Amino acid sequence: MAEFLIETMGFPAWLSWTAIAGLSAFLILNVIAGGALVFIWAERKIAARIQDRLGPTRTGGRFGWLQSLADGIKLLAKEDLMPDGADALLFRIAPYVSFCASFCAFIALPFAFDVVGQRLNVGVFFVVAVLGLEVFGVILAGYASASKWSLFGAMREAAQVVSYEVPLGMCVVVPVMLAGSMDLVTIGEKQAGWASNWFIFHDPFTFIIFWVYYTCALASVNRAPFDLAEAESELVAGFHTEYSGLRWSFFFMAEYGSMFLVSALAAILFLGAWNGPIPVSQLLGLSDGMAANAPYALRLLGCINLFLKATAGVLVMMWIRWTLPRLRIDQVMTTCLKYCTPIAAAMFAGVMLWQLFLPGGLIAGSFQNAAGVREGWLEQSNNQDPDNEDALSDILPSRRIVEVSR
Amino acid sequence: MSQILDEDQRIIEFDVRTDEMLVNMGPQHPSTHGVLRLVLRTDGEIVSEMEPHIGYLHRCAEKIGENLTARQWIPYTDRMDYLAAMNMNLGWALTVEKLLRYQVSEKARHLRVLITELNRIASHLVGMGAYGLDLGTFSPFLYAFREREKLLDLFEEVCGARLTYSYITVGGMTADLPPGWLQRCEAFLDQFEPVIREYHTLLTTNAIFVKRTANIGVLSPEMAIDYGCTGPVLRGSGVDIDLRRDGESIYTAMYDGYAFEVAVMKNGHYPRDHEYPAVPRDAVLGDCWHRFFVRMLEVVQSMDLVRQSIDRYSQCKGPLGEPLKLAEKLPAGDAYLETECPKGQMGFYLVSDGTSIPWRVRARSSAFSNLAVSPELCRGCLIADVPAVIGSLDVVMGEIDR
Repeated sequence: MAEFLIETMGFPAWLSWTAIAGLSAFLILNVIAGGALVFIWAERKIAARIQDRLGPTRTGGRFGWLQSLADGIKLLAKEDLMPDGADALLFRIAPYVSFCASFCAFIALPFAFDVVGQRLNVGVFFVVAVLGLEVFGVILAGYASASKWSLFGAMREAAQVVSYEVPLGMCVVVPVMLAGSMDLVTIGEKQAGWASNWFIFHDPFTFIIFWVYYTCALASVNRAPFDLAEAESELVAGFHTEYSGLRWSFFFMAEYGSMFLVSALAAILFLGAWNGPIPVSQLLGLSDGMAANAPYALRLLGCINLFLKATAGVLVMMWIRWTLPRLRIDQVMTTCLKYCTPIAAAMFAGVMLWQLFLPGGLIAGSFQNAAGVREGWLEQSNNQDPDNEDALSDILPSRRIVEVSR
Repeated sequence: MSQILDEDQRIIEFDVRTDEMLVNMGPQHPSTHGVLRLVLRTDGEIVSEMEPHIGYLHRCAEKIGENLTARQWIPYTDRMDYLAAMNMNLGWALTVEKLLRYQVSEKARHLRVLITELNRIASHLVGMGAYGLDLGTFSPFLYAFREREKLLDLFEEVCGARLTYSYITVGGMTADLPPGWLQRCEAFLDQFEPVIREYHTLLTTNAIFVKRTANIGVLSPEMAIDYGCTGPVLRGSGVDIDLRRDGESIYTAMYDGYAFEVAVMKNGHYPRDHEYPAVPRDAVLGDCWHRFFVRMLEVVQSMDLVRQSIDRYSQCKGPLGEPLKLAEKLPAGDAYLETECPKGQMGFYLVSDGTSIPWRVRARSSAFSNLAVSPELCRGCLIADVPAVIGSLDVVMGEIDR
């Protein structure tokens, strides 16, 4: 887009890049904000249905479509409260830190092939790292609130999120290993075709690791049964006890944004990204399956695909929240350190061995592929390409593997 | 450590030297069941000491009782354990009847069993649902309230009130059952029976629920007796006492001819063990899980008793009998009676100087004694265990503070 502006329209480069960045940011912000509104509404409706209630029925028609918007307006109109002993600056900053972390991670998240704020060759790394920053907002909020309950919430969040980053990282590395790239777009591309190409069905280890990832994702976005940071029956409201009005709603948006983000990440890493279970477009001859030159309509379909998958993930999170009791802090840590981390590590090793001996999977795996791996490694070690545009792909040999085995 | 604990609390609170923190849980806190204030001394997540502070709901109920006639005080008993107002009414009514040496008609007796056992179900439903809430699961709470609403509808039909019934009164009942009520009651029981299985799935046997409650807040039978714990809290520790069977004759006479087994673990088994989920391996007798489970068993037991009383009540011929006069003169003397309420043994003490207005009225609250043991149970537990322990004691502040 920016190149188009520069070359065709003759705009100065800095202006074009800024304009496009602004446009991307605007679009992504709307996706988060709009998504949060829809998800908050959906959560209320789903919770209500699970609990034999109706949920909102009046605001904006029969199904209460506008309930979240009405709530938003109410929150805007609320008094801006701050406790007496609060650290004013940190107290004000905290919600934005949380929200920004959640929002920034969306920059590298592709919604369909090349429909991405900024395609990064270290996309996975970026998303996971930036998402981890959300905890800073929570810690700041807890620390600055001058409330003991908030402090408890913040400390719990710090302990929990930092611990769960470990197994989460291990789970995330597996699709990276399979795709041979940290670029989320490439990872998505690699899963094109039938549903059997999805990484979750790649081998038994990835199937298990998907569930480990989902558990860790639940914990890292503070959803029940891991919602210890706000545990309303213990800590009143945890880290956001003292927050109200718009600031509180930023925490809320960040939470729902992160929920969508980790679900979308799960869809991209394991559930075939924007590719449907049946390669309709490929069967109809509309694209070559790699979607590199896919027309915009197909990309839009891809977006819908990804949204559906991510929404399914979010809905399951809601379902879990309204069903299960909350774990205790020691049990949360046990789950992480005694179960998630070892399982993730074992599955990681399993996938590694599988890749070594059956790189193409059980069915398609062949000796030719295995040979290709070896050749790829050899070629790489012998021939260091100086003008490689992608520095990180140098370290990861698989791009070459694909070329060789073709 | 011990030196720190011995210091004045105020010094600790404002002193940065120590790692301990003094935290107020309540009186406005989501899981303190009303206006209970718990002062926690915490070391990180670990509660080194917990002290309950009560009195936020004190309404001088006992003193008011010394200015009203015995029957006029019935509505005040409603407001003690407001979740089991029928049982409170019964306790006071029986105490006054004991002093008067009055015996209600056979029909009124069965109606009393019927209505108090129904109220026991309603009370345990709240206890169970709120316990789920304490542990962070919201849905079972609403499932419990859904069923309780139907019970309240039934109560509304008999006395017009949904919370403070004043239905059982001195010398009988304020009114007989409306026509068709027994059928509706039976219909409720029939549809309620399978619902209990849902509760067992969502709570009793839920892995996380078991993890949160098993081996938490273990109350030994000795300690339970020492602290005067009663009701499901006592039976959850394996002490086989139920006033409906072991109480004074004026109370046990009410249950004459009724068949029921006290819900208590004997020789490692609960009565009719096969119908219920097995006791989880981690659960220790006297822990939160057992206290919760005893309540669940008592719900089934009460349903059984209600069914029996429906039969007996409908077989009774003759009138229900009128309650005593509002200003019935009481004989000089005193009477004390404890009854088995859903929360435990609720006792009323009445001293009369021969007028219609009692000279002294006192109540012995079961939840008060049950709460008294909570500091022992909470010592050294985690913050998250505090709501779990308090919830498993199922306290009602209206009864504690009176």
